[in-house]
Amino acid sequence: MEAPKPKLYGLVAQFNTPTEIVEAAQKARDAGYKKMEAYSPFPVEDLHEAVGFKRTKLPILVFFGGMVGFLTAFSLETFTSGGAPSFMDPFIPDWFKYPMNIGGRPLNSWIAFIPPEFELTVLFSAFTTVFGMLLLNGYPRLYHPLFNVPGFSRASTDKFFLCIESTDDKFDLQGTKQFLEGLNPEELSEVPA
Amino acid sequence: MSSQLTQPSLRPDPQPPMVAPGHSFESVTKKIVDVIYSATPKGWVIGFAISFMILQILAVSVSWLLYEGIGVWGVNIPVGWGFDIVNFVWWIGIGHAGTLISAILLLFHQTWRTSINRFAEAMTLFAVACAGLYPLAHMGRPWFAYWLLPYPNTMQLWPQFRSPLEWDVFAVSTYFTVSLLFWLVGLVPDFAAMRDRATHAIPRFIYGVLSIGWRGGSMHWHRYETAYLMLAGLSTPLVLSVHTIVSFDFAVGNLPGWHATIFPPYFVAGAIYSGFAMVINLATPIRHFYGMKDFITDKHMDNMAKIMLATGLMVFYGYGVEAFMAYYSANEYERDLMMKNRIFGPYGNFYWALIFCNGFIPQLLWFKSIRSNEALLFIISIIVNIGMWLERFVILMSLQRDFMPSSWGQYCPTFWDISTYVGTFGLFLSLLFLFCRVLPMISIFEMKHLLPESHVHHHGHGEHAHAGQGGHH
Repeated sequence: MEAPKPKLYGLVAQFNTPTEIVEAAQKARDAGYKKMEAYSPFPVEDLHEAVGFKRTKLPILVFFGGMVGFLTAFSLETFTSGGAPSFMDPFIPDWFKYPMNIGGRPLNSWIAFIPPEFELTVLFSAFTTVFGMLLLNGYPRLYHPLFNVPGFSRASTDKFFLCIESTDDKFDLQGTKQFLEGLNPEELSEVPA
Repeated sequence: MSSQLTQPSLRPDPQPPMVAPGHSFESVTKKIVDVIYSATPKGWVIGFAISFMILQILAVSVSWLLYEGIGVWGVNIPVGWGFDIVNFVWWIGIGHAGTLISAILLLFHQTWRTSINRFAEAMTLFAVACAGLYPLAHMGRPWFAYWLLPYPNTMQLWPQFRSPLEWDVFAVSTYFTVSLLFWLVGLVPDFAAMRDRATHAIPRFIYGVLSIGWRGGSMHWHRYETAYLMLAGLSTPLVLSVHTIVSFDFAVGNLPGWHATIFPPYFVAGAIYSGFAMVINLATPIRHFYGMKDFITDKHMDNMAKIMLATGLMVFYGYGVEAFMAYYSANEYERDLMMKNRIFGPYGNFYWALIFCNGFIPQLLWFKSIRSNEALLFIISIIVNIGMWLERFVILMSLQRDFMPSSWGQYCPTFWDISTYVGTFGLFLSLLFLFCRVLPMISIFEMKHLLPESHVHHHGHGEHAHAGQGGHH
């Protein structure tokens, strides 16, 4: 009796140079494949465009992260120092007020409040940058089907991989295999799901 | 080749190679990873043992301080800031070179930064950790350190946000956090390389978890590079702000000798100056003992020496401006501070030693023969760091004599002041030794970018351009 065929994550082809992987990805896109990803040991210029990825929205997220940081420090300093305009008084709880007279300076010493505002803007932006990048990339994810491909461990050393995923509309095992073979990969393997 | 026109490169023409010839993606990875996966070298054990013993001096000194109180130090009115603040500023200044290398040189496309940025960033973190100890210890009751942070409490108190010391809390903690993030983000793809080259299950598991499953997909790399560049853009103003705010600790006070507008730029230049000296002091043994001369080339040492010379001249200019402004202000307190306290005062010989270390010694770096002499460069770097320590000491000693002779006094460090300082070297070096043992000390994936075969030869419809010919990218 034949064992049931394992479900496939996709097909992965191994290449030797950055130029080859970029060309392979471009050809795959030209052939109409959409759900694919190219893997490399270091960032290869334009490779993300070759697999059809435009650009990340991360900078927009970081802008808002920075704004939140600035507003946090701004309101913290202004409200606790008693520098908010009087019409806001009913909205600020008493425990959030600690007006101090420091050498006769105004309660709203906004110039002296700039350094912490700057620092928190940077801090929140940096957190958004790092965790935004990781979450958009879907990390942490310790397991991935590709790790089952024996040669894939060299994706962090010196080899370049193009994986066409089985969820792609155009994916069919024989046809895609033939297509990938036409790209002259060093190796071609099936990725069990 | 194709008929397509060569794109003009944004970068200047090929610089001298920053990696010795003959390396491939494989050999770069192997060389850096093998340091960790090979047996512990005997030299490492001896070095770590000595550092760890020095660390115990810190443990004893801090314990005694906590038990007995801050009176074990030489600080007293009028000199309430002594060795602790000198060392705080000194250590945090050393950290700044790491951020300069990792962020500012990245934005300026200085590719030579690649091989030194990882351990320079580690140096930043460990130096800031040493620096952070001092304000905490200086509080006298460090178990209340969290009072510095704004948080709702039953005392209904909030921090005094007009104080530079409170700004310092924000600046230093942000600096440490952002430097740590920058460093960890840089390490993630290298953890993946460590994971993939592990031959035993335990390191594979540990580095696998640390790599959070990094696969190196092109979209991931794209977001990663974007994030890395943005972190560099954020760190650049941050590092300038940190030492600016540290200088505000002095400049905002109205004490003669402190109340000067030159302080922020002059502190930042001094920080980078001493930081590069420390990077040279660390790079030299790493080159030798780990055989990293292929990656940290003579050109690197030369470049670092030049930056040291440039920032050293800025610092020296700062000393000149301080003296000139004291004269030009026609303020008798400023003039007396400069002449009778600083230059010819009780610690006048320290001032002259400072001028010798930071004014004259760096001038040797004008000569290429000296810049390329490793032993001399190493010694000059040590002298520079002594000079920068003296600078902070001389500035702090302005406290000895303010406006009223009746309130003058003199500061003398005690045994515990000195032992705490010596002890932080134990902390710094122990952390560095551990870092060299378990983490890739040079960024693996960034080093690959320096190899000619990392470039893509574009849209070639004709025959492939052979890798390694790259005149354009």
